Amino acid sequence: MTDANKQRGANGAGNSLLTDTVFLEDIRRQMIKFATLQLSDAHQAEDAVQEALIGAMKNAASFGGRAAFKTWMFAILKNKIADILRYKQRTVNVGSLGSGDDDEDMSELFDSKGYWQVEERPVAWGNPEATLRESHFWRVFEACLEGLPPKQARVFMMREFIELEADEICAAVELTTSNLHVLLHRSRLRLRECIENKWYLEGEKHVELS
Amino acid sequence: MLNCHDATKLMSEAQERPLSLTEKVPLKLHTMMCAGCRNFGEQMNSLRVMTRAYAKGKGGQEKK
Repeated sequence: MTDANKQRGANGAGNSLLTDTVFLEDIRRQMIKFATLQLSDAHQAEDAVQEALIGAMKNAASFGGRAAFKTWMFAILKNKIADILRYKQRTVNVGSLGSGDDDEDMSELFDSKGYWQVEERPVAWGNPEATLRESHFWRVFEACLEGLPPKQARVFMMREFIELEADEICAAVELTTSNLHVLLHRSRLRLRECIENKWYLEGEKHVELS
Repeated sequence: MLNCHDATKLMSEAQERPLSLTEKVPLKLHTMMCAGCRNFGEQMNSLRVMTRAYAKGKGGQEKK
């Protein structure tokens, strides 16, 4: 095999990904949605996706399949978003996160002694793997995420989606460590409650009915 | 004795930092007796599996 042929062989899969406009448009749409959620700024989101796409295109040839390519694109996008969030702290005052919903009432979840209200006690979810394959689950997941108070959603996404460390988040949004822990605790309490009610308990109801 | 609010707070914080022994022991004692908090602890892992998958673009797909 000549060098030119080898080249063609190696490039085959990647090049076909790049000419698949339906696949690319679909992935771009998903990336924009993800970036907008993290940055809450449509313009910045568009820019981040653009840069990630260009970066990913350069290396498209080294990917054998769509799944690997998509994972790679999202990894690049995550890095871009992390950079933007870190940089924001120095340019824009996002300190609007401040304190705020600190005095949130948790009495619907816990009784006066801090124990679970009977009907709020978490139930067993089982293995999440099968759940993740169901597209309806992701709609429930997104709805629950969007239902979080804005500050909680913000720090939760910075921590869990972009995987910033606690100290990076504290610096970016001007929070103390203990405030951050409080916000993340609440976001997880709410998110798990929502997913449990809207997905796991609904599911059980369906099973009982059928 | 830890209550459920404080136990879940520690389990949430464990996602950000390693807990100390003086936090781990009371937490363990609590979760041994409290099924709700045991489930909460497992759900912290599930949430992380979900968020990691979502951040890889698993969510937001068109209906198949």
